[in-house]
Amino acid sequence: MTGTLSSQGHSFLTPGGVEIVFVLVGLAVLGAALLTVTTKQLVHAALWLVVALGGLAIEYLLLTAEFIAWVQVLIYLGSVVVLVLFGLMLTKAPIGASPDADSGNRWVALGVAVAAATTLVTLVVDAFRSTWIDLVPGSGSTKADGTMLFRYWVLPFEALSVLLLAALVGAVVISRRHREER
Amino acid sequence: MHLVYPAVLAALLFCVGVYGVLARRNSVLVLMSVELMLNAVNLNLVAFDVWLRDTLHAGQALTLFTITIAAAEIGLGLAIVLMVFRTHGTADIDRLRMLRDGEDPGEVEPDPAADSPTAESTASTAKTAKTADVPQGKASVR
Repeated sequence: MTGTLSSQGHSFLTPGGVEIVFVLVGLAVLGAALLTVTTKQLVHAALWLVVALGGLAIEYLLLTAEFIAWVQVLIYLGSVVVLVLFGLMLTKAPIGASPDADSGNRWVALGVAVAAATTLVTLVVDAFRSTWIDLVPGSGSTKADGTMLFRYWVLPFEALSVLLLAALVGAVVISRRHREER
Repeated sequence: MHLVYPAVLAALLFCVGVYGVLARRNSVLVLMSVELMLNAVNLNLVAFDVWLRDTLHAGQALTLFTITIAAAEIGLGLAIVLMVFRTHGTADIDRLRMLRDGEDPGEVEPDPAADSPTAESTASTAKTAKTADVPQGKASVR
């Protein structure tokens, strides 16, 4: 919804084009996420994860967070899914359907998830029933994000880079073969 | 845009991730479900940042930090999963019950894919890791 439209007042029954697209993409994301956690074929789960994360990038674009959207595409679709696919292949995941993909406590898990979803959705809808977002284009652009990141968040940014380096070095050390195993 | 749309989508996505973490057996699939939960948190952060629009842009900054931490988490998690697969021959969470509290602690679940002598020798190696560390370090120095 553009700024001029939102300044005229909000209404439930006449959603703007952005809201319609948001809901449709959100349904696609939810469906892909459900298929990710329910499919029997392990590689297909990773591919459905690509659909869910890519749809979330579109949601970020609709929320005017452009830089986050492209970071999402680069990091998640570019590296995390590739890492997950490597993990599936290196642990010798079967190509076809594997009937034991779900453990025995899936009904308990389903109960917990449905209970949590009911509680959270009820709470969120009740809390934000009359709250609207005024979307201003450019508030999440690369320039705004860079200014924000390197003006106010420099120290956490650098600390996080050290953390990422330590994690990747740790991953290398963990996955290295020890001498007596060779 | 109504704030309820992204908030409800994030809540549902989080619960889908919760179901995946609890119900999946393969540990790589559990890591994928954790990614779904992290993305739900990211969507919440972005939506609330756009709503509140504070001068620090804390929501978007924290989203970037969460994405970085998720990348670090998936790297470390996959390294651990690969090491467990190498030593135990399986990546199923149900079979990794060496550390469980029960009547027969330390029992390795027999797995047809894995050769049990390797797993047992690895367990004994892990038990005597402190004593084995020192000569190994000396050997590497030489």
